[in-house]
Amino acid sequence: MNSTTASTAERGNLVVIGNGMVGHHFIERAIEQGLHQQFDIHVFAEEDRPAYDRVYLSSYFEHKDASKLNLVDLSAYELSKINLHLNQRIINIDAANQCITTESGEQIDYSELVLATGSYPFVPPIPGREHAHCHVYRTIADLDEILAIAELPAVKKGVVVGGGLLGLEAAKALVTLGLDTYVVEFAPQLMGVQLDAAGGDILKRKIEALGVTVLTGKNTKEIITNSSFDPNDTSTDAHCLTMQFTDDTILDTDMIVFSAGIRPQDSIIKNNPECGIEMGGRGGILIDGQCRTNANHVYAIGECAVWDNKVFGLVAPGYSMASICAAQIAGQEAQIFTGADMSTKLKLMGVDVGSIGDAHGKTDDSLSYLYQNPAEGIYKKLVTTADNKHLLGAVLVGDTEDYNNLLQLYLNDIDLPAHPESLILPNVEKPVMGIENLPDTATICSCYNVTKGTICSAVENGAYSIADVKAATSAGTGCGGCAPMVKDTVSYQLTALGFEVNNNLCEHFAYSRQDLYNLVRVHGIRTFDELLTSHGSGHGCETCKPTVASILASCWNDHILKSELTPLQDSNDYYLGNIQKDGTYSVVPRVPGGEITADKLIVLGQVAKEFNLYTKITGGQRVDLFGARMEQLPDIWSQLVEAGFETGHAYGKSLRTVKSCIGNNWCRYGVDDSIGLALRLEDRYKGVRSPHKIKMGVSGCMRECAEAQSKDFGMIATENGWNLFVCGNGGITPRHAELFATDLDTETMVKYIDRIIMFYIKTADKLQRTSKWRESLEGGLEYLQSVIIDDSLGIADELEAQMQLLIDNYVCEWAATISNTEKLKRFRHFVNSEKGDDNVVFVQEREQIRPATDAEKTTIKLVELA
Amino acid sequence: MNQHTICTLDDIIPDTGVCALVDGKQIAVFRTTQNDLFALDNYDPFSQANVLSRGLIGGTSIASDTGTTEDVLYVASPIYKQRFNLATGQCLDDANTKINSYRVGLDINNVIIFSE
Ligand code: SRM
Ligand SMILES: Cc1cc2nc3c(=O)[nH]c(=O)nc-3n(C[C@H](O)[C@H](O)[C@H](O)COP(=O)(O)OP(=O)(O)OC[C@H]3O[C@@H](n4cnc5c(N)ncnc54)[C@H](O)[C@@H]3O)c2cc1C
Ligand code: SF4
Ligand code: FES
Repeated sequence: MNSTTASTAERGNLVVIGNGMVGHHFIERAIEQGLHQQFDIHVFAEEDRPAYDRVYLSSYFEHKDASKLNLVDLSAYELSKINLHLNQRIINIDAANQCITTESGEQIDYSELVLATGSYPFVPPIPGREHAHCHVYRTIADLDEILAIAELPAVKKGVVVGGGLLGLEAAKALVTLGLDTYVVEFAPQLMGVQLDAAGGDILKRKIEALGVTVLTGKNTKEIITNSSFDPNDTSTDAHCLTMQFTDDTILDTDMIVFSAGIRPQDSIIKNNPECGIEMGGRGGILIDGQCRTNANHVYAIGECAVWDNKVFGLVAPGYSMASICAAQIAGQEAQIFTGADMSTKLKLMGVDVGSIGDAHGKTDDSLSYLYQNPAEGIYKKLVTTADNKHLLGAVLVGDTEDYNNLLQLYLNDIDLPAHPESLILPNVEKPVMGIENLPDTATICSCYNVTKGTICSAVENGAYSIADVKAATSAGTGCGGCAPMVKDTVSYQLTALGFEVNNNLCEHFAYSRQDLYNLVRVHGIRTFDELLTSHGSGHGCETCKPTVASILASCWNDHILKSELTPLQDSNDYYLGNIQKDGTYSVVPRVPGGEITADKLIVLGQVAKEFNLYTKITGGQRVDLFGARMEQLPDIWSQLVEAGFETGHAYGKSLRTVKSCIGNNWCRYGVDDSIGLALRLEDRYKGVRSPHKIKMGVSGCMRECAEAQSKDFGMIATENGWNLFVCGNGGITPRHAELFATDLDTETMVKYIDRIIMFYIKTADKLQRTSKWRESLEGGLEYLQSVIIDDSLGIADELEAQMQLLIDNYVCEWAATISNTEKLKRFRHFVNSEKGDDNVVFVQEREQIRPATDAEKTTIKLVELA
Repeated sequence: MNQHTICTLDDIIPDTGVCALVDGKQIAVFRTTQNDLFALDNYDPFSQANVLSRGLIGGTSIASDTGTTEDVLYVASPIYKQRFNLATGQCLDDANTKINSYRVGLDINNVIIFSE
């Protein structure tokens, strides 16, 4: 395919009106979609600066540095040839002739037009509102004006009209400017859109604690100017303005900030009805789910757009419109805008307020649960369906810690626990979510976007095994990362259908992994065939073979390429490397603790260079070399072993890396030698085969630079020894490791780790990480502590002895392989030819190789033929 | 029909496969524990890589349309684990995918592939 660089004459203009948050987001998505290669992009902005972060506008009063809010990297715009016209308001659209007019009278044709004009603050039509000390709160220019007034010597008092989300933010800002601040709200309470009366009440007290006087139920009739007010005269108490309310009370002030809601900015269209672009009943530009207006090639996104009768005054819905619109113009019509959740959190320091869904309990028959703690100013409310099963809304004032959890329950319509109030009560352990709690719409396999519901109905329709479910839904056939979740979902649904779900390894063994482990140990079984003949049936498969191989290794630690063991290994263990998408392998030598000498680094570089391998620093503090053909592996490893490297077991279910920080040798905060411990642990447990991979981390102090608490085993140095954390996980379902024991001396700790790993090997399910294993242990952490520390089962000595056997039998698998001609025989692509696989083709990218794409392969072959 | 001697039986570890180059084509040849031989394309259509000879051999029983069950041996691709019937090349995980199978035999101790 040719890249689409048509000559400029043929290229149309993609015109964007407005460079606010959403307009800018659109430009970024447009560049991603390559629209800048297809169109000349022109952006017209009314403001005199490129897009900035309006959401954090209030912070401007603290730093007064506009650049801190800037969102646009001008050089990136330039690079993609985006023409940004600042200070250029657009005043007309001629949809029939596809052109627009700027304020200065210039006309520009467009092929595609995107309106991103945002909204403007609504100012109630109160006589006197035009006074120079009356402002709105929307742009940096507005804030500059407010600042200038606030700095006048005689200006001491400020009033915000409007007690909603933005009004309270503005009020806080006026307090920061040192003004005596008032909030005047028309409704009887603050944040009436999001909060109920009781919540509004507690919020009012919180706001008053910030030094703001709150007046609710006040309707302003008129604003009267005090003509004798001299902004520079501080000798009198005179104020600039007087607000008269309909209840005949008054309030003096020196400045007013209106924050009484927003209206979509649709003036271009309102002023030019002949353009024919349709507007909403209450203003705004009507769009459909693809962000299209009724005029061809004209789109609207962000706060100026009206979708399904709604204007979205938050930035997230605007961002999704921007993505959808860019995809539309690029001709990909996959996504559709379907509305947005309007749950919100107030972002004022010191005032926590969150509102989710139907906060007012307006749904018929809904139930409300309340928790109030007036002493601490906490108010929480849940609104559930009549049957108590689903969350409809929530209000949180004074404590928003539960906000995210509740939001998930709400958005996914997840079944609530039996006593929903436990979700907002203090000091109650909050329920955790399993498959049963996930909604049918929850995505299980992200590669193929397969939901829980799809898997469950496949099971209902007769796909009773994982393989059948895979075939029916494709779930788990991409990256495979979702396999455990798919399995759990299938078991869940089978149980729901009344099947007895067994824990059998597969159709060849009616035993769990744990049972098989015990059988192997008790009967001293050393090969797969022995086990299959004595306790299984059939031929074996890709599930039981590697599992049994792992059990055999965990028990006896024989070389995994011993010929009886060879057929059992997954291709990774089979070739002692991780297979890549093109059939080549990766090479990962062990670099214990991440510590490496200059000489060894040089060897890695030399080997990579000689064999033309792609080189990358891994997330595990070592170096991965990619693109090795199977037949090159022995030569590569010969050189590495020669230089003193050992295999890093990146392919094995076994110890990966012990990540380490630099520790007290260098670091000014280090309390102990983290590297020393890491080296010792990595050396001790390398090669030990386990149900799944094991990762460790050692940090030299509580700053935790080695992220030990996300590992299966984490050690953190203390003044008195080591704190040991266990069963943490990154990966698919992250889990923090739990504190297992504190202030351990090294010898005791190593003993504990020996015992835990061995106990894990004995009792875990196949491919179960320590985190899942720990969660499956009845009795939890305390049980584990009793088995390991108190030896409650009386097996501690046995566990240690078994671990010692594995450690004593360690040999580097690669060192053993390269010295054995029989084993080396398999490292060739063809059994009958010395050639290599001609389908392995690389191209250069960023000065290194990567696998060629199919299209590239075709071109390369054509070139070779020519 | 051409015959190609590709290796000896001992060159294939029981229950594993090797890859042979036959008339410019990559063919995966498998030897089971019972010393049966099978030959399929080495090319895995799912990963688009020449890797099937490196897959694991497994067995399962599948229900046929007529209601009987049949024991089949298969190879599971080492990349994304799709399974292919060793005898027919039919993919067990996707009814629409079938790869070529080849006739393979043993002449005393030599493994021979027959091709058109
Ligand atoms: C190379 C590396 C990425 C990188 O460039 O940084 C990597 C690469 C792979 N990871 Fe990883 N992971 C790498 C660090 C990680 C980390 C980070 C870490 O260890 O600090 C994690 C999350 C932490 C954790 O495991 O708790 C991680 C979580 C996974 C997972 C998910 C595991 C889970 O329990 O959820 C898989 C899938 C699996 O194991 O089933 C995986 C699987 C893989 C595989 C083996 C996928 C495969 O089967 O082909 C990748 C191929 C490696 C290769 O060809 O050499 N990788 N992987 C990292 C190698 C570290 C090393 O030196 O050994
Ligand atoms: C103080 C404050 C706090 C906020 N806090 C939050 C929050 O916490 N969370 C949240 O989600 N949202 C918040 N918002 C709302 C958020 O800022 C908006 O949702 C977002 O900015 C909308 O983006 P937009 O591009 O649609 O509009 P805007 O950002 O307003 O951009 C529109 C741009 O178009 C320009 N324009 C208008 N007409 C024309 C024309 N005819 N020609 C050329 N240019 C034109 C305007 O000058 C403006 O620069 C807050 C807003 C404010 C003011
Ligand atoms: S390296 Fe890890 S995260 Fe990256 S693609 Fe591979 S498995 Fe996924
Ligand atoms: S997430 Fe299911 S296969 Fe990748």
